[in-house]
Amino acid sequence: MNVLACIDQSSFAESVCDHAAWLAKELEASVEVLHITDHLAGSISPVDHSGRLGVNQSDELLADLIAIDEQRNRIMHQQGRLLLEAAANRVASQGVSRVTQRLGHGDLLDHIRSHASTADIVVIGKRGETVETTSEHLGRNLERVIRLGRHPVLIASERFQPIDSYLFAFDGGKSSGAIISLLVESKLLQKLKGTMLLVGKHGTELASHLGDAVRRLRSSHFEIDEHIVSGEPAITILETIENRNASLLVMGAYGHSRIRSRVVGSTTTEVILGCNKPVLVVH
Amino acid sequence: MVRTGWQGEWFGTVKADVLAGMVVALALIPEAIAFSIIAGVDPKVGLYASFSIAVIIAFAGGRPGMISAATGAMALLMVDLVKDHGLQYLFAATILTGLLQILCGALKIAHVMRFVSNSVMTGFVNALAILIFLAQVPELTNVSWLTYPMVAIGLAIIYILPRFTTAVPSPLVCIVLLTTISIAFDLDVRTVASMGDLPTSLPTFLIPDVPLTLETLTIILRYAIPLAIVGLLESQMTAVIVDDFTDTRSNKDRENTGQGIANFATGFLGGMAGCAMIGQSVINVKSGGRGRLSALVAGTFLLGLILILGDIVGKMPMPALVSVMIMVSIGTFSWKSISNLRVHPRTSSVVMLATVAVVVYTHNLAYGVLVGVLLSAIFFAWKIGQLFDMRSTISDDGRTRIYLISGQVFFASASKFVNAFDFDESLDNVTIDVTHAHFWDISAVAALDKVVLKFRRDATDVTVLGMNEASSTIVDKLAIHDKTDAMDYVPGH
Repeated sequence: MNVLACIDQSSFAESVCDHAAWLAKELEASVEVLHITDHLAGSISPVDHSGRLGVNQSDELLADLIAIDEQRNRIMHQQGRLLLEAAANRVASQGVSRVTQRLGHGDLLDHIRSHASTADIVVIGKRGETVETTSEHLGRNLERVIRLGRHPVLIASERFQPIDSYLFAFDGGKSSGAIISLLVESKLLQKLKGTMLLVGKHGTELASHLGDAVRRLRSSHFEIDEHIVSGEPAITILETIENRNASLLVMGAYGHSRIRSRVVGSTTTEVILGCNKPVLVVH
Repeated sequence: MVRTGWQGEWFGTVKADVLAGMVVALALIPEAIAFSIIAGVDPKVGLYASFSIAVIIAFAGGRPGMISAATGAMALLMVDLVKDHGLQYLFAATILTGLLQILCGALKIAHVMRFVSNSVMTGFVNALAILIFLAQVPELTNVSWLTYPMVAIGLAIIYILPRFTTAVPSPLVCIVLLTTISIAFDLDVRTVASMGDLPTSLPTFLIPDVPLTLETLTIILRYAIPLAIVGLLESQMTAVIVDDFTDTRSNKDRENTGQGIANFATGFLGGMAGCAMIGQSVINVKSGGRGRLSALVAGTFLLGLILILGDIVGKMPMPALVSVMIMVSIGTFSWKSISNLRVHPRTSSVVMLATVAVVVYTHNLAYGVLVGVLLSAIFFAWKIGQLFDMRSTISDDGRTRIYLISGQVFFASASKFVNAFDFDESLDNVTIDVTHAHFWDISAVAALDKVVLKFRRDATDVTVLGMNEASSTIVDKLAIHDKTDAMDYVPGH
């Protein structure tokens, strides 16, 4: 197994490393730390309002722009290498033996796509450098990485706290099934105390699916009990995490299309925003 | 904060885009007027078109940061239509051009652009530059002598002022100064107002006043097809340039559709067909413009300025306009391509020069590109045809010869293939080893047939060895030599 830890210059980098190290130890996996220097972020170009088209203007302008980008990216590469080095050390110091580093540029999603064969699970911060301090936003890459749907994603909270119990928000959907298969196959969370939550009513079809899911996990030696409450999904999930003092939330994510999410809002976004614990999601 | 997706395309660099858009608008005004004059229509037709195309492309285009408006390449194609049939037919042709381009966008043909080689593109821009320059010649001949010093002063301002400041557009300073001088001294030079109407109001919706007959359609289709092709070509080329500048990708098919929508709508607003502009897009990027907002600002600012300053714009002396257009022409021309003539392979230079020559002769960029692409293809086939080699060894007893063929066998090398065999030898066996050869087409297959049958006639047994898979598919389907009654099919050989 291989854990892909996506870090940037934000304060979440350390937390991502810690979460990745935890995962790697649980799964006996290796960790690849990935940093993408965004070549568009803060790109400065020479501003010339002369409106003049000189001789060989295109070539000159292109040469200027390349020179500026080159200079900027050289610095970003150096910073990136340092960041990766520190991150890899942090992961290794927590007892992970196989840690690799990778520096890329461009779009994070392209890199995750091309790593599809080597990565089994992705760790990413709840927020990144672009919205580091505004708690009402999620990182700009987060939803895109989840919706890519290639990997389970562990969303790192602001600070890593020891993980000893989890809450599994069950919705009976395809992604809930995918999570159960993942847990059964990888034995991840097997040693922890779990609660499977259904926001709904007893005696419904969903409730019987919940029973099936719990039985399936128990037969694979998971220690998990079920809990059914009615209420507004996002609020109920967040309240239950508090009440049960769970240290990890597990859930299916973005069951609806982007357009629907824009219009009616997304439960996933609401929960991830409101939850100060790490969240393991499967699209 | 960095924005991605559509927000990034619109609001990623607001301040830079607004300023760049304004610089572009100032540069667009003289161009739109000059291109209207080339097409033989009132300046308002080009100005309305530039407004409407720039604004619509801002929303519908696929390459943020690129500027589209009324262009010289397109104006050149309309001259006869306007002269023979009038303005209303131009509007109808503009609408049809838009429809054809929307169709091209829907068919996702942007990838066809890869057949247009670098040399053809260089030929295209050079031809465009030459034609823009030639279009200024009527303004420089049989005019008041005052024109010449004014053009000289204009060019001096445009090229020298940026050495001192790049905060103000030097073409604007040139225009303002020359207009002031011309008004103050009441100089005897032609003005823009003497070239036709300027806009006095926002464009209004109109339906071209043409008979809805098949005859009309044939007339406008003859112009709409080259307009659509040239428009898409220039836009694709410009998009590639802006892609390189900004190190980002663009959606070329969306750009094609977007340009179609822009032209379609522009025809109903009393504008002429347009496309992306290489020069203006360079100015935009150079001024810091990167997003969709710059095109929107350029379009709206342009029309706003014209409506507010209408009378003053009309007093702009033609020499000022000519100076700006000479700058555009010089800036569009690829000067590097002249020194490259000595360095580049001769075939590339021939393609480039042929493209330029055909365009300058026909005033139609579409023909130039067609000739350029065809020449490139022929030269390429000729070069690949050189990649052909044959060696042979004869057995000690002199009865068996093995031919080793390598390279590409197709129409351009088929006769070379046949001629490489020695049919005058009397042999018992011939082995043709084609492991390292590739048979591409029926000319190649026919050539192999011919060789095998020729040997058979001389009572030589032929074995063909090592047909690779690609070769054998085409050979299996088409060849006759391996069919039992092969000889019956070759008449009179």
